[in-house]
Amino acid sequence: MSGVDQWALIGVAQTTLLALAVGGCLTNRRPVLIVPLYALAGLACLITLIAALGALLTAAPDAASRLVLPVGLPDIRSHLRLDGLSALLLVIVNTGGVAACVFGIGYDAHAAQPARVLAPFPLFLAGMNLVPLADDAFTFLVGWELMSLASWLLVLADHEHADNRRAGLVYLSMAAFGALALLMAFGALAGASGSYTFDAMRAATPSPRIAALAALALVLGAGSKAGLAPLHVWLPLAHPAAPSHVSALMSGAMTKVALYALMRGLLELTGTPQWWWGGILAVIGGLTAALGALQSLTQNDTKTLLAYSTIENIGVITAALGLAIAFKASGQRLEAGLALTAALFHALNHALFKPLLFLGAGAVLHGTGTRALDRLGGLIHRLRWTTPLVLIGCLAIAAVPPLNGFASEWLVFQSVLDATSLAHWEMKFATPVVGALLALAAALAAASFVRFFGIAFLGRPRDAAAADASEVAPSMLAAMAGLATLCLAFGALPGVPLDPLMRVAATMVDATGAMDRLLLGQGEGRTAWLAVAPHGDVTAVYAGLIAALGLAALTGLTVGLVSLASGSRPRRGPAWDCGFPDPRPQTQYTAASMAQPLRRIFGSVALAARDRVDMPAAGDTRPATFTSTLRDPAWRYVFDPLTGLVGRAADRLNALQFLAIRVYLSLMFAALIGLLAIVAIVR
Amino acid sequence: MTTLLIFVAQLLLPVAAAPLLTGFVRKIKARLLGRRGPPLLQPYRDLARLLRKEPILADNASWLFRGAPYGAFAAIWLAMTAIPTVATTTSPGLGLDLIAIAGLLGLARILIALAGMDVGTSFGGIGASREMTIGALAEPALFVAIIALAIIANSTALPDMSRAMSEGVGLRVSLALALGAIVMVAIAETGRIPVDNPATHLELTMVHEAMVLEYSGRHLAMIELGAMLKLVLYLSLIASIFAPWGLAHGGGAGDLGAALGLWLTKLAAGGFVLAVFETAIAKMRVFRYPEFLGAALLFGILGVVFLYISQHLK
Repeated sequence: MSGVDQWALIGVAQTTLLALAVGGCLTNRRPVLIVPLYALAGLACLITLIAALGALLTAAPDAASRLVLPVGLPDIRSHLRLDGLSALLLVIVNTGGVAACVFGIGYDAHAAQPARVLAPFPLFLAGMNLVPLADDAFTFLVGWELMSLASWLLVLADHEHADNRRAGLVYLSMAAFGALALLMAFGALAGASGSYTFDAMRAATPSPRIAALAALALVLGAGSKAGLAPLHVWLPLAHPAAPSHVSALMSGAMTKVALYALMRGLLELTGTPQWWWGGILAVIGGLTAALGALQSLTQNDTKTLLAYSTIENIGVITAALGLAIAFKASGQRLEAGLALTAALFHALNHALFKPLLFLGAGAVLHGTGTRALDRLGGLIHRLRWTTPLVLIGCLAIAAVPPLNGFASEWLVFQSVLDATSLAHWEMKFATPVVGALLALAAALAAASFVRFFGIAFLGRPRDAAAADASEVAPSMLAAMAGLATLCLAFGALPGVPLDPLMRVAATMVDATGAMDRLLLGQGEGRTAWLAVAPHGDVTAVYAGLIAALGLAALTGLTVGLVSLASGSRPRRGPAWDCGFPDPRPQTQYTAASMAQPLRRIFGSVALAARDRVDMPAAGDTRPATFTSTLRDPAWRYVFDPLTGLVGRAADRLNALQFLAIRVYLSLMFAALIGLLAIVAIVR
Repeated sequence: MTTLLIFVAQLLLPVAAAPLLTGFVRKIKARLLGRRGPPLLQPYRDLARLLRKEPILADNASWLFRGAPYGAFAAIWLAMTAIPTVATTTSPGLGLDLIAIAGLLGLARILIALAGMDVGTSFGGIGASREMTIGALAEPALFVAIIALAIIANSTALPDMSRAMSEGVGLRVSLALALGAIVMVAIAETGRIPVDNPATHLELTMVHEAMVLEYSGRHLAMIELGAMLKLVLYLSLIASIFAPWGLAHGGGAGDLGAALGLWLTKLAAGGFVLAVFETAIAKMRVFRYPEFLGAALLFGILGVVFLYISQHLK
């Protein structure tokens, strides 16, 4: 496919999305428009997806197709560029986009005010498509803000709830902070000449101090959007507040767009990276992963739980990205390429299983009307088709073979093993710590999703809402089934997606040629997709196909042999439960009791978790109560003091509103003198 | 022909030997306590009896409850095939390394924990919660130990690690520390004393037994056999890394026979040490687990640090 065709396809699709936003405004009065609007938006995403896949699979690794649009600021115009990394991001965004649109057809049909979702929804998609394509700071920030503001409107779609309004306020403040930080980063990189195109930034060599400042601003700006600790506080509030298919996109796609900004910025725009940027990023990533997984384990709300788990996965990807930067700075190109490939692969996989799980949570919400784990249970008997699809998502995110989540975490762990060869002692000592944090995060995530699936789908219904749940519409099932199929396929054949990802990564770290051997047998006439074999310092192989086929074959063999040996059919009877079965569903383990050991072990230190039991004395008739509290350290140590400071300052400055005119005049005079003095000193 | 023989041997021998090892450990423990103990082959008879009996399912048990024992057993079995028992040349689990083995054991753990929650009894929940807690504490320790071993052996694939270790890496402090970490993880993961007691049916101390309380008949047989196989797996894993002597790297049938004999001897030695250890020590409280597995994590990290220092001094 030639470059012109791709731009034409993408252009048509994005224009369609902008037009759909106008159509979306009419849906309050004409609900009949909802289905065609979602269908058209899905089609636009599909077209962009096809164009991006074409660019990703066929183009030479370092080929980039450019386009200059005559819109934007005078004399600057809009520069667009489609290279491997951009194409990968478009694939991630639009795969989620197609699934969300298909899901939305069934999900949104009953909403009271559909225009509140359907007007910003296409703009959100268009913004996320524009950011990876932008090749100058101005276009980038326009796309970034379009994405932020449209998603803010979507967070407020259900604005009747006070929680959602608070989420919107926190999100808007953090988005403004992030955009400001990015503006500073681009300002520093543009330098005195003020050239805002990325080409000029790539060509320039900023001084180490400026580059470090720009890198810091990039991490603050993009990291706050991605959900890096301690800037993650908005994410578990905002992501669950939006409708489920939008939550799926915010977690699956928007966080990846933020990571894209981090990758593009730190690996390309800021000149040669320093090793300690990577070290700090890897440690932040490891901490974010462990903290996110631990918080996800303690939540009672299905969608908040999933949002915290997004923070965990962002941490894993960031840790791998940090290692890639450290390797690149140390000149270990092959290892850098491997670590970046791991980061990209995990980003792609997370963009498959997290939307799947959010859509699953949406299906549960649709079928039962509740998001509270403690009111669910036994859905495996009611949502017969949703259950196995969600189970696939849970196994994928718990990082067990043969699913795709394991394949990418395996690559991340291989990068951690490689990192022991880094020369700097700080990196050497950080490596086992980061490795232990990532392993802890993976194990906590497994516990968290056993809890999520076990409480919501297994056991007995805890509430009438769960007992009377009904299976969701076919379009919603189709969206989940598509994502689940991709999770299975990428798990069994990780080589297929890794082949293009490896080329993208190699271009980013200048390792083209060195990385040919990542896939077993490449260049030796064997099948490249059979197994992944990174040839860094540590040799190892992971054959997803053998894991998948081996499990299937051995399960089949076991079932066959056992059924030969024993003939009797199972009999049904009441549960045994050590001889004292209790018919009340309240006697089951709850979401809180399931998490109690881990909450006590890790949470009492990390999250200041406290359990308080109030047991009345004998003869007292008041009910016993149990309260469990925990506090996010980011709120406790960063944001609560900060908001307190702002509040106190506002109270003090309030007095300035009620002064006499001569006091105002003297204040202005003093300010003028002060400024002149500063100018005089600086000059 | 030899290749096929090795393949079949490494696929089937561990499963065939698993009940024998469990019978052996039980026998030794009984002897140490001054009892005569059940016959060595009693586990085989128990399994055969369970297979014959009619399984009883709780009224609300789902398809996941019925399928989980088979899936979990297959995951443990597949992980077992990636460990060289008699030879490093041919392995049915080719292409699965130490991290994949940990992942497959994680899959087995998740399936059984979910099955424990399926019927909706409080015992199933308590078992699942504790099992996932142990997993969360054990995995960081295991991974850090893997880092130490991977630095020494330059690989995470077990046949390569066995070969590298048998070519003489000398005695190292780090190896001892990594061995300590892996042994502690193995004790926790196989549910042995002091973390869990495989013989208990006292409600408050059960972990694994609490999860599988609702199982009977052939489903229970698969879970029991899976637990026995897991013990063989961890002993073989430790043997293949820390005592790789006698593993056949080449062809000859004589080599294979010797390797088989050595493997059984190593299993017996490991089982004997386990029985003595379990007899001498008491089960610990649930909230002492972090101390136990935290020590394992510390061993692993110390192992890595000592390796850095020895590399630096070289």
